[in-house]
Amino acid sequence: MIPTIIRRILSAIVVLFCVATVAFVLVRLSGDPVKLMLPPDATAQQETTLRASLGLDRPLWTQYLDYLAGLPRLRFGDSLVYGQPVAEVLLARVPATAELAAAALALTLLIAVPAGTFAALHRGRAGDSGVMGAVLIGQSTPVFWIGILLILVFAVRLQWLPASGYGGLDHLVLPAVTLALYSVAVVARLLRSSLIDVLGSDYIRTATAKGLRTRTVVGVHALRNAALPVVTVVGLEIGSLLGGAILTEQVFSWPGIGRLTVEAIQNRDFPLVQGTVLFFAAIFVLVNLLVDLSYTVLDPRVRLT
Amino acid sequence: MSRAALVTLILLVLAALCAPLIAPHEPNLQNLLTRLQPPGAGHPLGTDQLGRDVLSRLIYGTRISLLVGVSAAVLAGVIGGIAGIVAGFLGGWVDRILMRLADIQLAFPALLLSLAVIGFVGSGLWLVILVLGFTGWVSYARVVRSEVLSLRTRGFVLAAIAIGASGPAIMRRHLLPNVMAPLATIGTLHVGTAIVAEASLSYLGIGVPKQTVTWGSMLADGQLYLGTAWWVAVFPGLALAITVLAVNVLGDALRDVTDPRRTDGRS
Repeated sequence: MIPTIIRRILSAIVVLFCVATVAFVLVRLSGDPVKLMLPPDATAQQETTLRASLGLDRPLWTQYLDYLAGLPRLRFGDSLVYGQPVAEVLLARVPATAELAAAALALTLLIAVPAGTFAALHRGRAGDSGVMGAVLIGQSTPVFWIGILLILVFAVRLQWLPASGYGGLDHLVLPAVTLALYSVAVVARLLRSSLIDVLGSDYIRTATAKGLRTRTVVGVHALRNAALPVVTVVGLEIGSLLGGAILTEQVFSWPGIGRLTVEAIQNRDFPLVQGTVLFFAAIFVLVNLLVDLSYTVLDPRVRLT
Repeated sequence: MSRAALVTLILLVLAALCAPLIAPHEPNLQNLLTRLQPPGAGHPLGTDQLGRDVLSRLIYGTRISLLVGVSAAVLAGVIGGIAGIVAGFLGGWVDRILMRLADIQLAFPALLLSLAVIGFVGSGLWLVILVLGFTGWVSYARVVRSEVLSLRTRGFVLAAIAIGASGPAIMRRHLLPNVMAPLATIGTLHVGTAIVAEASLSYLGIGVPKQTVTWGSMLADGQLYLGTAWWVAVFPGLALAITVLAVNVLGDALRDVTDPRRTDGRS
């Protein structure tokens, strides 16, 4: 058990190392940041001074080694635009993204679990078709268009909620719903098919035969076993969820990591881009590590070997 | 359902091919006197902030969406198909390296990778296609690999090995034809993903250059005028959603036909 966890953690570190290297190479492939930061009429002297102060005059491989050495201590260099350490700029934006993600996750569970269960219990009937139709539409509709439609209806027409920005609970509603809709579709669809498999198994028939109420059979026996494949796929879907967060933040001018990433790319703020890319990759790897570990909690039969 | 999807897609392809013939106006023709006009005679879907005809721009936008979607899916299919067959057939360290590469690729959110590459290397239609193609290969590779792992133990492959057929010949003549069905299914679904990805990049303003008409950039423009002119943002999004829905319905139908194990049809 213990060595397995260590092996998973080591492999996560290897993945992060590769991502860090790719980020470094990509950044160096693009243009010269010094030329972008200085006005066009800057002298060669000014250029050399700035290059030296940013450490960009050293050989590439020393820059790479310094960069790698700084990673464990969260040293990504200074943002070219903000002039502060990248880690500080990133951390300042984490609460907004965390708030958005938590709200979306809560909404996902609140909507997707009942919807998926309902569809599975009414398999092949009108209710099932209704849920699955909604799921198909939810999966096919681009996140940013949903966001724009919600703004149009609830902010522009009805004027119930603000169209963008960060603040109280009223600001959170539309972005959270926007981000949640895609994952609702994914989770409901998976839970339905997973539950259908589980409901056909012997222990469910036994539970029903010994006279348990349907609610107990589904709630206690079936849902827990159906959760396993759902958790796995959610771990894999986290990449598209992060992408959805980037778009949602852009649509609603939400001051989180996603918007920071887009800004950093548009400003060619290389250290900041490296930081955000690594941040997202770390979240992805961490979530999947947690998913692996959660198997033992959800299903005692699974022993990580 | 799937028949309606097929008809929709055929109409979209026709719209893309015949855009100059059916578009009522020149897509980039500006007319500031008729800016932000609601849908009506002359402009069935209204005009945008520069007085350009929304319907004509939608029709031209079909070209980019379909071109990017199909090209990216084909490119990803070729890369993923080859990687999957090679990994599954050869096994050993080749398999381990390819599958580890797939893990790393998955750890990099596709949208973020596309953003980073395009943001740094520059924008352009072909770059978008290349990036979406290269970021999409993993799901093809995994499915094809698992398919090949079971095919490899089957009689006809063992027979081919026994009579001394070379590795490349077995992969091309015996394995490839047998993984075409799953490849086509994933490919169809991937077209939808790639279309949304291209629209996302264009929406963020980091995709196809601005002067090309795309649904994503139309949406981004339209969002600025939501208060006064809803039609500028709503119609491109609707076109996008309908296209992707049609592709997904078709992909699901294809999976039901090609994969007899899935009787449920929607898992």
